[in-house]
Amino acid sequence: MPMTEQATGAHHPQPRARTGGQPSATVEHVTGAQSLIRSLEEVGADTVFGIPGGAILPAYDPMMDSTKVRHILVRHEQGAGHAATGYAQATGKVGVCMATSGPGATNLVTPIADAHMDSVPLVAITGQVSSKAIGTDAFQEADICGITMPITKHNFLVTRAEDIPKTIAEAFHIASTGRPGPVLVDIAKDALQAKTTFSWPPVLDLPGYRPVTKPHAKQIREAAKLITSAKRPVLYVGGGVLKAGATAELKVLAELTNAPVTTTLMALGAFPDSHPLHVGMPGMHGAVTAVTALQKADLIVALGARFDDRVTGKLDSFAPFAKIVHADIDPAEIGKNRAADVPIVGDAREVIADLVQAVQAEHSEGNAGDYTAWWQDLNRWRETYPLGYETPDDGSLAPQQVIQRIGQLAPEGTIFAAGVGQHQMWAAHFIDYEKPATWLNSGGAGTMGYAVPAAMGAKAGMPDRAVWAIDGDGCFQMTNQELVTCALNGIPIKVAIINNGALGMVRQWQTLFYNERYSSTVLHADETGHHTTGSQVGASQAPRKGTRVPDFVKLSEAMGCVALRCEDPADLDKVIAEANAINDRPVVIDFIVHEDAQVWPMVAAGTSNDEVMAARGVRPDFGDNEDD
Amino acid sequence: MSKHTLSVLVENTPGILARIAALFSRRGFNIDSLAVGVTEHPDISRITIVVNVEDLPLEQVTKQLNKLVNVLKIVELEPSAAIQRELVLVKVRADNETRSQIVEIVQLFRAKTVDVSPEAVTIEATGSSDKLDAMLKMLEQFGIKELVQSGTIAIGRGARSITDRSLRALDRSA
Repeated sequence: MPMTEQATGAHHPQPRARTGGQPSATVEHVTGAQSLIRSLEEVGADTVFGIPGGAILPAYDPMMDSTKVRHILVRHEQGAGHAATGYAQATGKVGVCMATSGPGATNLVTPIADAHMDSVPLVAITGQVSSKAIGTDAFQEADICGITMPITKHNFLVTRAEDIPKTIAEAFHIASTGRPGPVLVDIAKDALQAKTTFSWPPVLDLPGYRPVTKPHAKQIREAAKLITSAKRPVLYVGGGVLKAGATAELKVLAELTNAPVTTTLMALGAFPDSHPLHVGMPGMHGAVTAVTALQKADLIVALGARFDDRVTGKLDSFAPFAKIVHADIDPAEIGKNRAADVPIVGDAREVIADLVQAVQAEHSEGNAGDYTAWWQDLNRWRETYPLGYETPDDGSLAPQQVIQRIGQLAPEGTIFAAGVGQHQMWAAHFIDYEKPATWLNSGGAGTMGYAVPAAMGAKAGMPDRAVWAIDGDGCFQMTNQELVTCALNGIPIKVAIINNGALGMVRQWQTLFYNERYSSTVLHADETGHHTTGSQVGASQAPRKGTRVPDFVKLSEAMGCVALRCEDPADLDKVIAEANAINDRPVVIDFIVHEDAQVWPMVAAGTSNDEVMAARGVRPDFGDNEDD
Repeated sequence: MSKHTLSVLVENTPGILARIAALFSRRGFNIDSLAVGVTEHPDISRITIVVNVEDLPLEQVTKQLNKLVNVLKIVELEPSAAIQRELVLVKVRADNETRSQIVEIVQLFRAKTVDVSPEAVTIEATGSSDKLDAMLKMLEQFGIKELVQSGTIAIGRGARSITDRSLRALDRSA
């Protein structure tokens, strides 16, 4: 039955009162599949990344007719999932991916887990075998609801066509409200094929889902008192501030209190890197000043952050002098890792806005914090231990310099997506993030291969912005096939392969903690040209030339991209400018960089943040005695 | 470690037991006992869970449970303010000499003999887990051939009902 009517309703389903009246829209006679596409149109899903297959096939027929939903055919379902994540992180809207049953659905597991760890609003729609065949080990059957139970915010199995609109509305509502997260909707093939009716909006039926967004006034007053009476406070800002769209409020709070701000890996861009109150990123590879500020603080105000082990280091020695104000929309995060003195459950935007008022009230009573001595310490650490790197003696490219120049030469508003590893940490350090949603990465899950598909999703959602993927040669080999998708669908992303010929971060650990035994981290052939397995290649004597098999230039050209290579620091700016000038096709630059560059500062895994090393063998002198 | 009894009201939907059991195992908590049944409202099931944890981890698991979309409400029932019951069915070896002793024990614990055969007696007993343990200890000497135990169920003392408010929320949708 043709769809004769395009809905004009509101794009986001509002949670309607359960006492609400009858839906006002007209009733359409449709198939389950048509009602799915109609529902996606109604919730405002303008882009879907996916691959069809047997069980989901009915949905793809009406998808072809939709003028509102653009389907982007990816080359691997993992790419669809990360693209939906990149789309969501760049646009703030819910990302949507679609796959068929069985292996199609299981290929979404990694990006779903990734989105779960980073609280990304994602709806994954999977086909399922016919309801009568469920449980019979039918062809391409997988219990994807069972499989994704621990890695979704919620999931649904739909076996009746009439449940599709309500379930899609609920899925988008759950994914995008409260603490965002991935929701999977598994739809049996016979439900997609059955005849049903469609009307919008459906009544949401979620009696057990009531996220708290409004913070408790008394807790806010307590927090404001602590802030104005502290001597060494730190605003510890996590990804929740970006998700809540609270960056403007954060700037007001920071400038009002004059407290130092540290933004986690998930929160880069929530507070301008260039702001004088910004002391850098905390954590295992955080700036010395940020790590130390938390260690020496007498008050930590955690805003949408979760005291992740990569931030705290050894938990029982983390921030030993600090009282904790912990604000998060997820009550389960509060007190999970570190006990909170003042717990605040609420949306970061409301929390921060209320804190501003409460701090102002304290100020008007003459209670303003004096952090002069604290800033003297912080500024001394900042001057003594800035982020930096050395350029290699052999004239090869320093990976940090490559990334820094990409950041400096990028047009304003460029979105950066990183893979996972050394290049990710350098991209966090050496690119300045001034605005929200300009930095996308896989923080919690640490998913190698995230960058290319996430950049694709970001570019699909924000076509007017430049999007750079900062990738490693290891990561790139996991998901580069999505460059084909980019080339064929007019998604001109730019990819920098930071090619050091190794799984660099693992190699760094082998250098530091495994006696320079490079077991299975070498991605290139040895210098004699012999085929070696990674585990046989030892420490290098001769300078390496990066991964040459595959030849990333030829590979990228074969996938429809413009491909460049850069090996000489003298060419660096020219090559980057060349890439920046191309806007009609994806561009890949193979940067051959020095193999032994390392990420510093570093807190070795399992040790205290007090043991932060500014560089190899360099333990900062904090003048510990004078601090307390 | 101490025992805590949680009453969890959930939407009566497929898979909810799996969600709850999986959450306990992936967060590293062991369930001592678990009992599920529908409540006075057909759309609400009640899951009674006994866990052996410290207070802080208990708070964490309760918060994680609350995040499950199908979970409506969680109440911890204090032993002093609640009635807790388990059911056991136990098949005890019996012959003409021991049968009367067994029946005497059954009466002492106010249990019931529900099946008799020449070689065995089957006993039904309800009570707190302490009482049932005591009874089973007395029966051990005769030889326990088979034992099946339910999870603990519990209800608060007094007139207050923990389902009231959840019911009202559901009723509004009707």
